[in-house]
Amino acid sequence: MNVKLPLKASNKPIIWSLFAAGGTVTALLFPALILLFALAVPFGLLPAELFSYDRIQGMLDNTFIKLIVFALLFLSIWHAAHRMRITAHDFGIRADGFIAFLFYSIALLATILLVIALF
Amino acid sequence: MKLTNGNYVRPPARYSWWLRQGRYFRYMMRELSSLFVGIFSIIMICGLYQLSQGEAQFTAFTSSLWNNFWWLSVITFLFVTYHSYSWFIVTPKAMPLRFSGKKVAPWIIIGAHMILWLICSIFIWFIFTNGGAQ
Amino acid sequence: MSDVKTSQKSVRQVEIEILRYNPDTDEKPYFQTYQVPCQEEWVILDAVNYIKDNLDRSLSYRWSCHMAVCGSCGMMVNGEPTLSCHAFVRDMPDKITIEPLENFPIARDLIVDMDGFVEKLSSVKPYINAAEEKTVEQGTYQQLPEQLQLYKQYTQCINCMLCYSACPQMALNDGFVGPAALALAHRYNLDSRDKGREVREDVVASNAGIWECSFVGACSEVCPKHVDPAAAIQQTKIAATGDYFKKFLMPWKNAQKGQAPEGGDQ
Repeated sequence: MNVKLPLKASNKPIIWSLFAAGGTVTALLFPALILLFALAVPFGLLPAELFSYDRIQGMLDNTFIKLIVFALLFLSIWHAAHRMRITAHDFGIRADGFIAFLFYSIALLATILLVIALF
Repeated sequence: MKLTNGNYVRPPARYSWWLRQGRYFRYMMRELSSLFVGIFSIIMICGLYQLSQGEAQFTAFTSSLWNNFWWLSVITFLFVTYHSYSWFIVTPKAMPLRFSGKKVAPWIIIGAHMILWLICSIFIWFIFTNGGAQ
Repeated sequence: MSDVKTSQKSVRQVEIEILRYNPDTDEKPYFQTYQVPCQEEWVILDAVNYIKDNLDRSLSYRWSCHMAVCGSCGMMVNGEPTLSCHAFVRDMPDKITIEPLENFPIARDLIVDMDGFVEKLSSVKPYINAAEEKTVEQGTYQQLPEQLQLYKQYTQCINCMLCYSACPQMALNDGFVGPAALALAHRYNLDSRDKGREVREDVVASNAGIWECSFVGACSEVCPKHVDPAAAIQQTKIAATGDYFKKFLMPWKNAQKGQAPEGGDQ
């Protein structure tokens, strides 16, 4: 129950600010995006033609839209990575160094893939 | 575990503590939503990658997402919606707004976020289904 | 006569199970069961007092005010951290389990060792850390009612430690500074007379401070005084993140700030 010395200054603000920003944008946009891209067609809410290659590609030709998509997915992936690190700890997995390395590596790879895909 | 000073320390339930109380269980489901935020982010990134590879790859991706993985999308949608709800419901704690010296009532802050959520959702839907016509 | 009858009627037989531990004779705690005739208007503490007075004089527990002010009678009641003077027996089932507060070492029966808690409270420097000392002639530090309102909620803590028992992160990491101490730090950080936020961040924003909190929110749910430690911690996270990036982007400011606390400590 005692404070364990020495206390170290934490660099958590870097990842926490990504987590907080990511949490906010995913909370605002992800339910609608999942409904739109993953559920609307199989549940017959929208015709599949709306999601044609040409139409999506055409939308992403716009640099502004491209940047928004990048910002959204960059934040959401780092939000998820950080929260899953905490969740692993909560589930009783104590290898925090390894877990952090694992999830942040996945997030980094996903970020690289995102850059390759978009730009 | 009995300590040398006579005090007794009860070992915490390391793996099962979150099953003991409703509030802990809801917390864990909230945290677990990040798994589904991650899954959907990676699905979107993969979709964008397939898009960059050409029409055939992109069509294969969308048909697989819609025909084979719709059940995953349903679970993802439920968890992510819970993420949104749980995120906005605590906003008054992180954001204690004051208006002319008085604390703004929590329900106003929560309500404003819920309305913003609704507007963003409708906006995205509208832009996507009607955009690109020009 | 009729008065006696009504009071007879409102008595309910309740089975109360209490976790007992005597460090001199016991290797580990064990449950002991008592049959208690509880009155309609009794709180849990009344039932425990009945046991002490009538059934078992060896039972040890802390209490003082019986009115949710002193903060000493916190116990786990049916698994929930509770001020035993602040919960009616009539709202409980016929079988009640009482244990000492969780996440603390048991000293004897329902008494927990609170040394670590007190150490954590004092570690956040919970006192006004003014920019400059004023002499008596210079007068008092003044504050407007609006400035008081900013932090008043966080002054209501009675150190009952229920939040430490409710916090799962406390259970997973007992070095965590914890809800009450971090809320107390926030109380001083919000005080217009105080300039000690950066000094407190040595503990508050350390690896044992706010970043151990994952915002379960249980602390605020069990708090009998509505202090809302979870809110204090989230607001501190946001402020500390701002300070972190400020330090990062404006390193020349660090040198000046680093010297202030040393002079102030004398």
